[in-house]
Amino acid sequence: MSPPGARPRRPGWWRRNVARLGLMAVPAVFFAVFFAYPVAAIVARGLKADGGWQFGRIADVLTQSDIRQVLWFTTWQALVSTALTLVIALPGAYALARFDFPGKQVLRAVITVPFVLPTVVVGTAFMALVGRGGLLDELWGVRLDTTVWAILLAHVFFNYAVVVRTVGGLWAQLDPRQEEAARMLGASRFTAWRTVTLPALAPAVAAAALMVFLFTFTSFGVVQILGGPAFSTLEVEIYRQTADLFDLSTAAVLTMIQFVAVGAILALHAWTVRRRETALRLVDASVTARRPRGAGQWALLAGVVATVVVLLLLPLAVLVQRSFGGAGLTYYRALTEADGGVFLVAPIEAIGNSLSYAVAATAIAVVIGGLAAVALTRRDAGRLVRGFDALLMLPLGVSAVTVGFGFLIALDEPPLDLRASWILVPLAQALVGVPFVVRTMLPVLRAVDVRLREAASVLGASPWRAWREVDLPLVRRALLIAAGFAFAVSLGEFGATVFIARPDNPTLPVAVARLLGRPGDLNYGQAMALSTILMIVCAVALLVLERLRTDRTGEF
Amino acid sequence: MGITKKVTVLAVGLGLVTLSACGSSDGDGSGAGGEGSTTVTLVSHNSWAVSEDVVAAFEKQSGYKLKVLEDGDAGQAVNKAILTKDNPQGDVFFGVDNTLLSRALDNGLFQSYEAEGSDQILPAYRVDEGKHRVTPVDTGDVCVNYDKAWFEKKKLTPPKTFDDLVEPAYKDLLVVENAATSSPGLGFLLGTAAEYGDDGWEDYWKKLKANGVKVVDGWEQAYNEEFSGSAGGKKAKADRPLVVSYASSPPAEVIYADPRPETAPTGVAEGTCFRQVEYAGLLSNAKNPEGGKALLDFMAGKTFQEDMPLNMFVYPVREDAQVPEEFVKFGPQAKEPRTMDPAKIAENRDQWVKSWTSLVLK
Repeated sequence: MSPPGARPRRPGWWRRNVARLGLMAVPAVFFAVFFAYPVAAIVARGLKADGGWQFGRIADVLTQSDIRQVLWFTTWQALVSTALTLVIALPGAYALARFDFPGKQVLRAVITVPFVLPTVVVGTAFMALVGRGGLLDELWGVRLDTTVWAILLAHVFFNYAVVVRTVGGLWAQLDPRQEEAARMLGASRFTAWRTVTLPALAPAVAAAALMVFLFTFTSFGVVQILGGPAFSTLEVEIYRQTADLFDLSTAAVLTMIQFVAVGAILALHAWTVRRRETALRLVDASVTARRPRGAGQWALLAGVVATVVVLLLLPLAVLVQRSFGGAGLTYYRALTEADGGVFLVAPIEAIGNSLSYAVAATAIAVVIGGLAAVALTRRDAGRLVRGFDALLMLPLGVSAVTVGFGFLIALDEPPLDLRASWILVPLAQALVGVPFVVRTMLPVLRAVDVRLREAASVLGASPWRAWREVDLPLVRRALLIAAGFAFAVSLGEFGATVFIARPDNPTLPVAVARLLGRPGDLNYGQAMALSTILMIVCAVALLVLERLRTDRTGEF
Repeated sequence: MGITKKVTVLAVGLGLVTLSACGSSDGDGSGAGGEGSTTVTLVSHNSWAVSEDVVAAFEKQSGYKLKVLEDGDAGQAVNKAILTKDNPQGDVFFGVDNTLLSRALDNGLFQSYEAEGSDQILPAYRVDEGKHRVTPVDTGDVCVNYDKAWFEKKKLTPPKTFDDLVEPAYKDLLVVENAATSSPGLGFLLGTAAEYGDDGWEDYWKKLKANGVKVVDGWEQAYNEEFSGSAGGKKAKADRPLVVSYASSPPAEVIYADPRPETAPTGVAEGTCFRQVEYAGLLSNAKNPEGGKALLDFMAGKTFQEDMPLNMFVYPVREDAQVPEEFVKFGPQAKEPRTMDPAKIAENRDQWVKSWTSLVLK
């Protein structure tokens, strides 16, 4: 089987791969049980009738002109949204990575807030920017609500943080001296950037673009609220077919289409990333940032801050303003009272519920995603591992309603009768968190110079020790960013939470939705007050993570 | 070495399993399990609300502990209940209305049980009388609401009927919900179908469209964002003074205001109402059928019926149930609401929604 010369290497290969398979086993089982099985169950339910598979349905659905229209709209709006987000957010990534200025941490935390707010609330707020009587209307008489521009801008609003955090995380750790060396050798500023920094950044930019594309391709709330019923993405259509029309077979076909599309995107991404990967020299982020110098850099920083203020802060400020709305603290006071009917507990207690779910979900996502990322780090990985990489991303491309309905019919028998259990919420939230953890950690882990590990081994360190001493210090920052993302996503998550939300146990987004669902000034005001609190909780949580990071950077 | 890693993996794996095991036993302990004869589980939608002391009364009277599971909005909750009917999440389901009733019955969601006191329920709301698979619990009218201040300021009489809504005087004033995705949206569509008949409603909607009707996906957007008469709409500088909502929305505007105004800021166009009836039933494979029956008896009883209006903003179905003063004063029930036989709704609903979608949205 193996040539004689290979024999001495064999034990090493075996050991490495056992370790890797062991690392992969946990995420693999997690995804099989909590993702693949429920989704397969609901798709099968839709496509099976009278004891046989109804594959003819696929052709039926695909030939409908309105379904084709949905496919076309889904694709082009995602492409345009992604391009727009990159153009607007990359300067922000640069500024936050390379400039040192007062309020930087706050800014970094604040830009992530939109990402985690429930879309119902953000839709309301965003209208204040682009809708009637909004800023654009006041200034230039421009109204964008119910146009596709409202959808595109809202996608930028939501995904700004994805680009800034994913690209900025790596950018901050690139050694600026490499670019300086290139300039010293006579390269122009642009050439130096293009030939040194850009190739190093490419995997992170690709990762960010991929995430934004996935989010906008599967966009749901934004399209529904800002676009109105005239616009429909694949995800919106799957939701309508499943939850409203209960046409499970059409939903199953659409789910499979989305699955194939997302699979293709992921495969493409895996290919581009593999082509561009190089070991990078990473340095501590705190040494690469410095105060902006010269008019150009100050202007860039000012532009970034202005963008953030107009596009991200203004809509959020509207929420805060409406939570007071001339009534002082009335709405906030009302939050502390249980009314004994709609709210068995005071709405304010939803904060505690949300935080505990988010902590559990973050722990699960970091463990599962972290193990997966470590297992995926080595580049001699082989096809199996690469497939696994793409597999971990799939939950981002599958509708929450599909997964949720799948949970209902798949996880209903002991030992996995989890339908009535609280753990279902963090599990479902972690499903969405894991890809973030993997995506954020992988570029950094892969960029760790293999020779550092080899040097450690030569000096007698065990693989575990080498990983702990070499990889861990370098990726700790990425790990924290990943955890922050997972936490924030979980905090604002709504789709999975409504599945088991009990009246005595609402989360913040659920409580907001419940308040918005009833007429009356006090209900609306409380919804705004609670959204403001959700916003602040998120911002504080993210800020704490930022602090944590700087406290520890001194260690290495 | 490799061993250490494996141990870590194993430990984490075990941890997860234990965690989930804990979770499930935690959730089950109180009732979904087979032995749960002391707990009765109600599956409902997000609008479920009841006073604490009324629940206490039920628990004391019946000896069962009540557990409630809220499972999404009205349509979703029904669909999920059908999906899980072989292994239901509870014993009683509440919240299927006359627009979706056929879907629940055709899929065998409920088993027969005639609740005690059913004879007190107004005959107009009783359905399925041969089999008694569902018990009527509450009713509500989907009606066009108007912003009183707006019409006073413009010195314009608010519309009263479906016919009025297509008058040029009311151009660009009405916002409605998507009939495919929203319960009041569907109710309003059925109201027009009841008014103008199978052949006439499409023409009516063509006129409505020409008169500038705006369609949004959900009630929250229509009412809180687009309707100028609501608390949210005022803050959002909304500019549509007519909205499809409920007859009980005006009293809610009074009750949830601090301080309470003398009169409701909004009114109801009485000739545009469609009556929805919500039902409850004993789930087919309920694990605690006896508890479920006790709960249905209680929901059809006077205590529960009189508690409902101020919690869920609906009207009781019992003849002898008192309606709260605020309801009489600010949100009287429509005198002649449009209505439709559930069998006719079942037959036409999907086709009508489809035609409506291509007619109005495309």
